[in-house]
Amino acid sequence: MTEEIIIAGFGGQGVLSMGKILAYSGAMQDKEVSWMPSYGPEMRGGTANVSVIISDERISSPIISQFDTAIILNQQSLDKFEHSVKPGGVLLYDPNGITKPPTRKDINIYKVAATEKSAELGMAKVFNMIVLGAFLKVKPVVTEEFIEKGLFKSLPERHHKLIPENLKAVQTGKELVETVHTI
Amino acid sequence: MAKELKLMKGNEAIAEAAIRSGCDGYFGYPITPQSEVMEYLMLEKPWEKTGMVVLQAESETSSINMVYGGAGAGKKVMTSSSSPGISLMQEGLTYLAGAELPCLVVNVVRGGPGLGTIQPSQADYFQATKGGGHGDYQLYVLAPASVQEMYDFVFDAWDIAFKYRNPVMILSDGAIGQVMEKLYVGDYVPRWTNEQIHKNAPWATFGKLVSRDHNIITSLELDSAKQELHNQKLQAKYREMEKNEVRFEEINCEDAEYIFVAYGSSARIAQKAIQLGREKGLKVGLLRPITLFPFPTVRLAELSKKVKGMLSVEMSAGQMVMDIRLAAGNNCRVEHYGRFGGMIPTPHEVLEAMESKIINA
Repeated sequence: MTEEIIIAGFGGQGVLSMGKILAYSGAMQDKEVSWMPSYGPEMRGGTANVSVIISDERISSPIISQFDTAIILNQQSLDKFEHSVKPGGVLLYDPNGITKPPTRKDINIYKVAATEKSAELGMAKVFNMIVLGAFLKVKPVVTEEFIEKGLFKSLPERHHKLIPENLKAVQTGKELVETVHTI
Repeated sequence: MAKELKLMKGNEAIAEAAIRSGCDGYFGYPITPQSEVMEYLMLEKPWEKTGMVVLQAESETSSINMVYGGAGAGKKVMTSSSSPGISLMQEGLTYLAGAELPCLVVNVVRGGPGLGTIQPSQADYFQATKGGGHGDYQLYVLAPASVQEMYDFVFDAWDIAFKYRNPVMILSDGAIGQVMEKLYVGDYVPRWTNEQIHKNAPWATFGKLVSRDHNIITSLELDSAKQELHNQKLQAKYREMEKNEVRFEEINCEDAEYIFVAYGSSARIAQKAIQLGREKGLKVGLLRPITLFPFPTVRLAELSKKVKGMLSVEMSAGQMVMDIRLAAGNNCRVEHYGRFGGMIPTPHEVLEAMESKIINA
């Protein structure tokens, strides 16, 4: 199993930390992992993306241009990465702010209204964990047990009290994800 | 040795390795994409644990001269920077090489020339392997291709630096510096005691012992005949490195008809290109130089007699390709494929270049 993922959205949405939690969880589950940020002159409100690879084998290149899954959190990122999903792959997006939804017919498309849900629940801080939950429902590349371990490992100790809330958000995402189009 | 699993950026691995390998001092100045080295050290506060000094200098010129001072006292000292900062250090580097001082300099390369860009590049190959500063000198140059190697090579650097009394450079790039991968770290190696320094660096200026003459650290010799002798001694040392310290890795070379030659993050991209090529039935392999000086010239010359062609993959306009051509002579076709200015080639692009420039050329 090798899963090559891009997570892309606005800076401040928790794109990089979602990738980090996923990578840590994979590492805890004894997988090979890599986490490659688009480091640039990024800032809050600008775009940010990270590629994460989780694999049973040694990872050749952490720098990739085609993805098994694209997790898309804004229109700019959808425009940029819709065509980088491998045929038969997965595109998961949050419809908030999306004016031109994805059009490809050769990939599986899902959506998760995480922005709306996190605002409704007053849980804006765990928005990214709702998205992560949606992804794990579609592609269970790591199990929930290891997501919890990954959270313990990646969050500083002073934030460990927030882990139950994060896990609840993962659950919410799993229930919230909707199928748009499957091949 | 106990091995502990961590998940870290390449830059953080350099810093963690410095602390664990018994480094005495780090002197640096921030620059993207390597600022996490000093940031991590400042957060870890090694001065409280091992006594290691971490100091933000006022410029790269100062950092490298602080390294000169520490190295002269037989201490394990280092600095790190990225391309424009490393250019500022060139004077210091040639003085360190001339005075035969062991030290570690890490270059996390970004796109140039000038201030260039903050994205990854490999365009400092010439600077690292062909001088950079003035005079006939060589750095020992290691090219890590993973976070684990960023860590491991710090330990290797001290061994080589003190064995040969020579500066060592870890030539990395923005991608390896920024990527986070699994890392296994080992036990702490204690910093050398004064007695160990006396034993391991008897040439150092740690105070005159009654049993010997003054130790002098200098790169100045106004008598040309003596300066020539000194140069001959340096050259003999570089030849010893070429004989004993060449490192490289071969992947899928056993049956390869065509090989990629690539180091650092380009070597990782080439590995993916090999997977894609093998799926298409192409017999492609990779020779990955781990040391850029000394260069795996002998092995490349052997391979050039067996294969039909070689493609150098570098994030530069073509620098290492010159050394491959010197090794291969007219034995096989040698071409270059590169992106530069901070652009990273994709594995598909690299495979296409192999097909168009070598296989179908």
